[in-house]
Amino acid sequence: MITLSYIGLCICCLLCLYRIGRGPSAPDRTVAIDILGIVIVGFCALFSLVTGKDFYMNLAIAWSLLSFIGTIALAKFLEGRSFDE
Amino acid sequence: MNEIIGYILIIVGVVFDFFGCIGLVRFPDVYNRLQAATKCVTLGTVLLLVGVALVSWTGPTSAKALICAFFILITSPTAAHAIAKGSYASGIKLWEKSVVDKYSEKFEKKD
Repeated sequence: MITLSYIGLCICCLLCLYRIGRGPSAPDRTVAIDILGIVIVGFCALFSLVTGKDFYMNLAIAWSLLSFIGTIALAKFLEGRSFDE
Repeated sequence: MNEIIGYILIIVGVVFDFFGCIGLVRFPDVYNRLQAATKCVTLGTVLLLVGVALVSWTGPTSAKALICAFFILITSPTAAHAIAKGSYASGIKLWEKSVVDKYSEKFEKKD
């Protein structure tokens, strides 16, 4: 059951990587990077469940916050404004 | 009983993630991809985290999983909104079969 979940999340990561490499414009890649970050948070949660160790969940929280900040920075860059506004 | 419900939630979450990523690859436009991928993947990951919290009930992992689900529920729609606004402002056209474009009126009023 857990192995099937691993395989499904790996396929999700591969599809996101396909869109990052193939995407015709910059916003496509930004969307794919955002989605890849959220999928990796789920991956860390499954690791924490299987190994029984606690720090993978700390990793998931840190990854979600950093992914959010990076996505906001990329969106402001797409909008053409500087970071101070 | 907790574990059975938790594993069912994990499987449903992974299925939602998978559908969202298929939508990310198959849809024709930035905005279609954004709406398919963000909604499906947010719901799937939140279900997966709640499932992990139910399986490892009464542990520190459970509380951290619920906190992480709360973070994702707040941050993911905000990021999607910012990406949509940014991509519209950077001049990405809609798909040619899209019907309505209400956001262009707001841009014309501002100019």
